[in-house]
Amino acid sequence: MLKIENLHARVAGKEILKGLTLAVNAGEVHAIMGPNGAGKSTLGNVLAGRPGYEVTAGSVEFNGVNILELPPEERAAAGVFLALQYPVEIPGVNNTYFLRTALNAQRKARGENELDSMAFLKTVREKLKIMQISDDLLKRAVNEGFSGGEKKRNEIFQMALLEPKLAILDETDSGLDIDALKQVSQGVNALRSPERSFLVITHYQRLLDYITPDFVHVLADGKIVESGDRTLALKLEEHGYAWVKEHEAGVVGEPA
Amino acid sequence: MSSAATRSPFVESQLAAPASPLPGAGVPWLDAARREHLAAFAEAGLPTKHVEAWKYTALRALAQRKFSTGDAQAAARAIDASAFALPGVDGPVLAFVNGVFRADLSQLAQLPDGLELRPMSQALREDPEPLRFTLSRYEPEKGDVFVRLNAALAGDGVLLKVVAGAKVAAPVHLLFIGAPAEGDVAWHLRHVIELGEGSELSLVEHHAASGDQRHLGTTCTDIVLREGAVLHHAAFQDAAPGAALIRRTKLHLGARSHATVHVVELGAALARHDLQAELVGNEARFDTRGVFLLHAKQHGDTQLAIRQQALNTTTDSVWRGVADERARGVFRGAVLVEPGADGSDCNVQNKNLLLSEQAEIDTKPELVIYADEVKAVHGATVGQLDERALFYLQSRGIPQAQARGVLTAAFCRTVLDDLPNAELRAYLGDRLVAQLPA
Repeated sequence: MLKIENLHARVAGKEILKGLTLAVNAGEVHAIMGPNGAGKSTLGNVLAGRPGYEVTAGSVEFNGVNILELPPEERAAAGVFLALQYPVEIPGVNNTYFLRTALNAQRKARGENELDSMAFLKTVREKLKIMQISDDLLKRAVNEGFSGGEKKRNEIFQMALLEPKLAILDETDSGLDIDALKQVSQGVNALRSPERSFLVITHYQRLLDYITPDFVHVLADGKIVESGDRTLALKLEEHGYAWVKEHEAGVVGEPA
Repeated sequence: MSSAATRSPFVESQLAAPASPLPGAGVPWLDAARREHLAAFAEAGLPTKHVEAWKYTALRALAQRKFSTGDAQAAARAIDASAFALPGVDGPVLAFVNGVFRADLSQLAQLPDGLELRPMSQALREDPEPLRFTLSRYEPEKGDVFVRLNAALAGDGVLLKVVAGAKVAAPVHLLFIGAPAEGDVAWHLRHVIELGEGSELSLVEHHAASGDQRHLGTTCTDIVLREGAVLHHAAFQDAAPGAALIRRTKLHLGARSHATVHVVELGAALARHDLQAELVGNEARFDTRGVFLLHAKQHGDTQLAIRQQALNTTTDSVWRGVADERARGVFRGAVLVEPGADGSDCNVQNKNLLLSEQAEIDTKPELVIYADEVKAVHGATVGQLDERALFYLQSRGIPQAQARGVLTAAFCRTVLDDLPNAELRAYLGDRLVAQLPA
């Protein structure tokens, strides 16, 4: 589904990704972990097409299409979704209107018919039930005055509604208390399916107690330096990121 | 100063005899007042950029143009009044075409109790005497030659009075239509509006066009709110793309009165609006919400000037400006809290959005405070759309152009949020959106 090869990317003239290679198959959940500054968020933003993130080498194929050539909206219509680390407040734009505009824009781009307000509201209600979100959130302006937890839940709610093929969660756990973390994780788990893949970017292994990954990758200095199953996350938790660097450099062996 | 030799073509054209006799012509005191105003106008000429109030609005091009003094055919021009109906505005209608009252386009039958409404032309023909004080008086305002010109040549307008205690529920629609004529026409209207003690009124001032033309219209509006009166005033400026419109609206607010003014400026090549308020009674309140949306080579200039002169008065002004292509916007928000106006609050917020590199907006909040215990807040910004918000919308699948439209519309619509007439609010919001670049 997603094939990243030798990806190099710059932000503000500084090279952040330095040859990242990763393959994600349909239905898989991959966790990307790594120390601050490793390039985790850059990866998410590059995949979603955020302006200012300049790809200097490498390729990203999504279902056989080179998505690096596409503007963000076309990537979204193709099925890429980025849950932002810092969801943006948009005063004056009603959440429901925003969601309907987004969903219909994607449907239009895919040649599907647009949903009228009745059909849209029906879909929204179904998704609200899954996410355990009150519809009060829908009446307000996008993220305006939302608590940190509400913002993150709104991201996952958007994901539920837009039904992407690849969902990238950029530190969705940051700033959440344990209850909010559980709610967000439940939402994500409810959306797991054999057709949908996830890239879960996180600094802490805590989130992975609730969202069980198929694979864990360690990103350091712009490259994946270690890959494994979920036990890798537990090792990191135990030994910290310093271990990865030392391990890379061949200073110490595999911890027991 | 200008002598006959140095007068601009514009000034010269306005000294010609009116296209048709002005209503009230032959009334000695009115003739004298008009002559005096016209002489003062001719003497002063159009303001240059050295006049502070006109610093950002050049009138050089206007000065070179000639306009006929009124439209002799205005009463006969075929107009489809239904084209100018506004949703949620179903009360009496007073309509004017090129500055001339049109009974056939108006709706004055069965006026609500407590509402007196008629054209000034009718009053001047039937019984001008009660208007003597209002029309003879001139308050010298530095550089304001358009008030002089208007006083010299206005023969019509709105006379509206709400008697004390009357609450007029249906909004009154004041409709000013610019219609194509044989040449460029200058027309002038003078409005006198009074809300009696404890009365309530909802007013919609609507500038529209039945076809493109390059007329110049000036209006002078005086609105008096007696103690405890409540006014909702919505002004929708949708004049022809080539038109020039110069308006001065002056409100006088008595104790515990409350005026709310919503302004949406979409049309005209040149739109200048001086919106002035004097809060003379304790606890008077004045709220303004406005937006101008400019494109092509439009020039929009709003000059808000507020004087808080009594105890515990409140003013709150929230304005938005959007300029695209080569348009130019000007906003001045001046509040003067005078000595003795202790315990007063004032707020002036003006945010502007530039949608093109050639567009320009100049904004200037001015707060001057001479009283004690005053809470004053102001803010003014000029910028572009929030790039983070733009990416957020795009990342959800909304194409960039549409995303820009959504964000710009939200930016403008904010000023309509508290417009109480829901149907009118929805209509104006849609009109704003329709005018945004696709």
